Amino acid sequence: MNIVIVGHVDHGKSTVIGRLLADTGTLPKGKLESVKENCRRNSKPFEYAFLLDALKDEQSQGITIDMARCFFKTAERDYIIIDAPGHIEFLKNMITGASRAESALLVIDVDEGIRENSKRHGQMVSMLGVKQVTVLVNKMDLVNFSEEVFEKLKADYSDFLAQIKVKPVSFIPVSAREGDNIATLSGRMPWYKGATVLQQLDRFTNNKQLQDKPFRFPVQDIYKFTRQNDDRRIVAGSVSAGSVSVGDEVLFLPSGKQSAIQSVESFNTTPKQIAITGEALGFTLTTQIYIRPGELMVKPSEPLPEVGTRFRVNIFWVGRAPMIMQKEYKLKIGSARTSVKLAEICNTLDASDLSYSKNKHQLDCRDVGECILETSRPIAFDPASASETTGRFVIVDNYEITGGGIVIENLSTDETLLQRHIRERENNWEKGLIRSEERELANRHRAKFIVFTGVPGTGKRSVAKALEQGLFANRLNAYYLGVANIDRGLDADLGYHVDNAGERMRRIGELARILTDAGLIFITTIDDADDYDIETLKQLNEPSDILVVNMGENGFSRYHPDLQLPAGGTIADAVKEVADMLKTKEIIIEYQI
Amino acid sequence: MDHLDKLEAQSVYILREAYREFKSLCMLWSIGKDSTVMLWLARKAFFGHVPIPLVHIDTHYKIPEMILYRDRIALEWNLNMMYGENREALESKLTFPDGNTDRITCCKYLKSEALKHTLSGEWPRYRMDHDLKHYVPDEGKEPYTGVIVGVRADEEGSRSKERYFSPRDKDNVWDVGDQPPEFWNQFKTDFSPGTHVRIHPLLDWTELNIWEYIEREKIPVVSLYFNQGSGTRYRSLGCYPCTNPVDSGSRTVSEIIDELKSGRLSNIAERSGRAQDSEDGGLETLRRDGYM
Repeated sequence: MNIVIVGHVDHGKSTVIGRLLADTGTLPKGKLESVKENCRRNSKPFEYAFLLDALKDEQSQGITIDMARCFFKTAERDYIIIDAPGHIEFLKNMITGASRAESALLVIDVDEGIRENSKRHGQMVSMLGVKQVTVLVNKMDLVNFSEEVFEKLKADYSDFLAQIKVKPVSFIPVSAREGDNIATLSGRMPWYKGATVLQQLDRFTNNKQLQDKPFRFPVQDIYKFTRQNDDRRIVAGSVSAGSVSVGDEVLFLPSGKQSAIQSVESFNTTPKQIAITGEALGFTLTTQIYIRPGELMVKPSEPLPEVGTRFRVNIFWVGRAPMIMQKEYKLKIGSARTSVKLAEICNTLDASDLSYSKNKHQLDCRDVGECILETSRPIAFDPASASETTGRFVIVDNYEITGGGIVIENLSTDETLLQRHIRERENNWEKGLIRSEERELANRHRAKFIVFTGVPGTGKRSVAKALEQGLFANRLNAYYLGVANIDRGLDADLGYHVDNAGERMRRIGELARILTDAGLIFITTIDDADDYDIETLKQLNEPSDILVVNMGENGFSRYHPDLQLPAGGTIADAVKEVADMLKTKEIIIEYQI
Repeated sequence: MDHLDKLEAQSVYILREAYREFKSLCMLWSIGKDSTVMLWLARKAFFGHVPIPLVHIDTHYKIPEMILYRDRIALEWNLNMMYGENREALESKLTFPDGNTDRITCCKYLKSEALKHTLSGEWPRYRMDHDLKHYVPDEGKEPYTGVIVGVRADEEGSRSKERYFSPRDKDNVWDVGDQPPEFWNQFKTDFSPGTHVRIHPLLDWTELNIWEYIEREKIPVVSLYFNQGSGTRYRSLGCYPCTNPVDSGSRTVSEIIDELKSGRLSNIAERSGRAQDSEDGGLETLRRDGYM
């Protein structure tokens, strides 16, 4: 079991751990000796805390700079103790530690009382989803093991924890340095009748509830090791809740594709018929469907997760640069990755001084904000209150994880940022004196935005260019734009960042809006576009129309392309098919080869 | 799921995450028990296959059994096996066994430097040709941006501070004081040009877990780990001039497990047979400089 230990600087976390290691007989002989030797050399009194301060710069600063893991064992089970630093500068490490834990020990110095970090860590532990918290009231030797002082602190801290909806499992009065109530009950606090720290650890329960929740399987990858003579197409990942058996119907979200489990795949195990929560394995399906990593596999017979692009969240921001509106970030939730924007900030809590604010326009480092986020394409998730593992996300800014959070509710029926943008753009669109009907008459064709898509290598560009040439030869106003030209021109400021995928798509859409307004047949290609890419382009191009030609394998889930072409055909045939369709749709009147 | 099942599932998740996110990925295989378990976990993750090249840094002072074992397994498991070396230091005899450097400097040349330049692609890599059954120079020169390493948090102080995904800058420097956060199971999988990320799937495993898993899965390991009659065995493997066996009668995996659980070894540090650790600065100085 993973236990995180948190608390204010100098309240004695490391001493508690040092004691636990020593009292469970976990320490290698050499380690204790070398630390004692080191203390002697530096004329410092030995403290258990030094045991954990394994790194040089850490010892010189005298504070735990990072989250360290220690291992020990009781008669009951194996433990990993995660030592989370108390210092505000190292909040990232505290989060890293706490988000891995199933239970938490919160250490408070009885003499100093409740301090800033006692509160902040209580809050963080609660937000990170650690359900079992025990409070260790440390340094009881400094207050003469007084029951009165202990009870007073217990009452005060319980009040605070109640405000942030944390109900501690227990409070234990300890003196970590002296060993009271750590492994054995202290004779100096006869008034205390509860468990020792070790007994309390053994009483924490493993998180079993996830197994009873609806099945959730974020698809991490799809493997086909054909070159190793293995024809299995395996959907790989880890079960984050519930279970699934061979033969069960499954649904992939957000694509909406369906299939059924043909087999449970694993290496060097007995054959499995069922996959349970926590297992990392794979499945083959009864039908060959095109799915991508990042989808959430669920059972249609069980309560379904939410799917949406706009939601209310709690974010904890740890980035050096603030989180701002308008900027695109990368969001990672389950196995899905998408670009995301901060749409609104409802209120914020400054974790440094625990003050609330309702009118901030950005999230600064260590702010906890209730916000509204919008992703560029839908994601599948559960609100954190329903299932914690599929409602948690992180935000990546400039290669770094800079924030984490939980989804509170789906707001997808609201107007999206994109819809609002287009509404405002169209309301303010300045028209020239020529009406589009006049242009059509003069041009002998209607304006159109034609997108060729499909997996890379299907010959989309050759067909697109040949189409431009053919239309031109028929004296029609067509223009082919190579996407590479945009990358090096219009999008040069965006660099090659994946986070900017949404902005790149927007610019193509805005270009299409202008060029179709100019009356052109505007042709371009997009590799492997999905439903939401096309939906975005379609909206941006309004009031003009879009026409989608898919070449090769069809990667869309619900969207039906206007024309489906095979990957291996001739260019001339492909151009003819597109031209025929343009005639059918009355974009052009005639086309001669 | 028992404790080993959970450790296995987490490691598999990490390996798959690495494979998904890093286009230029390799796994360091030291031939020791830990990275051999990691290799086994890759076979778990990829359903019997290992779609990631394995890189071994050959100091040419490794105990010979290690190299024989490496090549046998590479052929048997159809591994994309590579090795790299510091040819210049070896040719000019800038090593501890040649009497020209201290142990730490020798480690720095033959391991840290060799590793750095092998990963970056500046120095030649040699690839096992499965038809010829020997090594040939590899044409690939591209730097590895993801490097999977089998370090365990319980081995020694500095390793207990590691993240599962740990960024290194252009000079291979590990900024231990300012590491990125790992929320839940989301890791640092984005990296800026010129940097690379070390990936540590075994961080939560202890030495005992490793042996229990070897026993459970029946993973073949080098015979040097077992007492073969001399009353000694290796507990940690390295170069022969700097690695000493420990006194131990354990002849099998289960005897090692019993010995670790109850025997005298539980009070001796695992790397106590590794002489370079006890020189000034030791492993930590090496690790800051890119040693694993």
